[in-house]
Amino acid sequence: MIDQQIGALFVQIAYIGASAAFILGLRGLTKPETARRGMQLAAFGMLLAIVGTLLNHEIVSYQFIIIGLVVGSAIGLPMGLLVPMTAMPQRIAVSHMFGALAVTLVGIAEFLHYRDVPGGPGVIKMTALGFETLFGALTITGSFMAFGKLQGFITGRPVTFPAQKVINAAVFFGAVGLYAALVLTQSGGSTESGLIMFAVMTVLALVIGVTLVLPIGGADMPVVVSLLNSYAGLAASATGFAIGNNILIVAGALDGASGFILSILMSKAMNRSFANVLFGAFGGEKAAVSAKSAEGLTTRSVTPEDAAMRIGYARNVIIVPGYGMAVAQAQHAVRELAELIEKRGGRVRFAIHPVAGRMPGHMNVLLAEANVPYDHLFDLDEINEEFHACDVALVLGANDVTNPAAKGDPSSPIYGMPILNVQDAEQVIVVKRGMATGFAGIENELFYLDKTSMLFGDAKSVLSQVVTEVKGL
Amino acid sequence: MTALLTALGAAAALIAATTSDTATAAASTTLVDAQIVEVYVFLLAAFTGFQIITKVPPLLHTPLMAATNAISAISLVASIVIAGAERPLFINIMGMVAVAAATINVVGGFVITDRMLKMFKKTESPK
Repeated sequence: MIDQQIGALFVQIAYIGASAAFILGLRGLTKPETARRGMQLAAFGMLLAIVGTLLNHEIVSYQFIIIGLVVGSAIGLPMGLLVPMTAMPQRIAVSHMFGALAVTLVGIAEFLHYRDVPGGPGVIKMTALGFETLFGALTITGSFMAFGKLQGFITGRPVTFPAQKVINAAVFFGAVGLYAALVLTQSGGSTESGLIMFAVMTVLALVIGVTLVLPIGGADMPVVVSLLNSYAGLAASATGFAIGNNILIVAGALDGASGFILSILMSKAMNRSFANVLFGAFGGEKAAVSAKSAEGLTTRSVTPEDAAMRIGYARNVIIVPGYGMAVAQAQHAVRELAELIEKRGGRVRFAIHPVAGRMPGHMNVLLAEANVPYDHLFDLDEINEEFHACDVALVLGANDVTNPAAKGDPSSPIYGMPILNVQDAEQVIVVKRGMATGFAGIENELFYLDKTSMLFGDAKSVLSQVVTEVKGL
Repeated sequence: MTALLTALGAAAALIAATTSDTATAAASTTLVDAQIVEVYVFLLAAFTGFQIITKVPPLLHTPLMAATNAISAISLVASIVIAGAERPLFINIMGMVAVAAATINVVGGFVITDRMLKMFKKTESPK
């Protein structure tokens, strides 16, 4: 008995240590210099929590635990080591799926366990269990859909069908209704009908995950991925309530807060509300709205040689990367070009819009991988006033985030969205594959300005040519 | 930092005020007390998380996401208990799958976060 109490005390001490390590670790992430050390501390906290749990007196056999740990490590380690940085959005999405799967299985197992416990789970635990399973299940399929869209085996375009909103609402309220009914009827002990209700609720939650993400297009993925991050965290926190474990509550709350903040930041960067992102199906409807047609307007296209002349002699260059750079894997060519300009005495900075790419911070990671120092990377707010003084702005596979219509044209669908003031630069060079519109399906006036030159082609090969030309200047 | 301390202080005062209330009003229901404490733990952690995470620069948003994902794989702790406790076999097996899924995130998540953070370098000062 005393042994058991000492064991329980040790477990609690391990959990408290782990909580502190997680919080301090995240604090490290507020500065690039301390980030790595912070995360090593958080990893140590995790190890502490796991070792502490293995001493839990409820555990009677270790065979299944060991198999699970070994299989998970065998899959997780190569995933962590080998996934290329360009595939990071997919990898984040799929990891939300694994996290939610674990949480949902725990929820189901706990619900079944309480069928054998006299008196049942009680109102609070049943509320937590239901929440955990509901959010866990919808995060499983939602993350899988996001993964599919980012990986490309599910269309990145918004998928819509007639009466979609009605059907979605029916499924949603069905699941929530069953959840409420479960809390009302099963808290005092489970019945046969409770089992069926629980199963149907779980299946409906899985359906919600699919219908939630299906109508959301590729460029809205930063919001979706952040939101799923938040859900996964909240579900983990609910697990903590369900089994009375504080470390789960703490870690889940941290994850939930992080996902929530990121979703808000992403929505703001697109000047749209949460609801609009989730239910708006942006690209699909707006394609027809591109009222401002490009008729009568002409663009000027330049050759890589011309572009190299302008860039090579520029003193002050700002590069604006977008999803196009990620697709073309052009980040290494960009870094080479930036180094060349600096060698010739010019200054190069990168202007990064919050929603450039497919997840928060996507461009920063790609450029860091290509060895661009992070003190060259600037946020929207930090650099927007600097475009005035810049000789050449090089737009690289970015479109909507540079569209001046967001500032000057109240009829534009993206009016009000914060954009990078590329049009203030003395000259603009836009690297683009063709004249196709951006994700929002609207024309970009920037391309038709007198100061703008279009450099058509695949970003990587075009930039390599520019680099060769600049070398020969 | 001051904002953080103020938030913590306010929350602590709130706890002190409310727990003394509940202690007198619900002395017999220790179960409710335990669960009320859990709500405080959640609130405080969410507060702290909010304060810290708003200070993470956009530069590190992807590593932040990978990191919080690895941290929330703490559900491994709950999975381990279910896989190893005295429960019917199929529940132990569900626990085993949960352990595997959470372990993928713990191991993969921390490894990949470290890989990313290793890449962020400052301009080297000329020698």
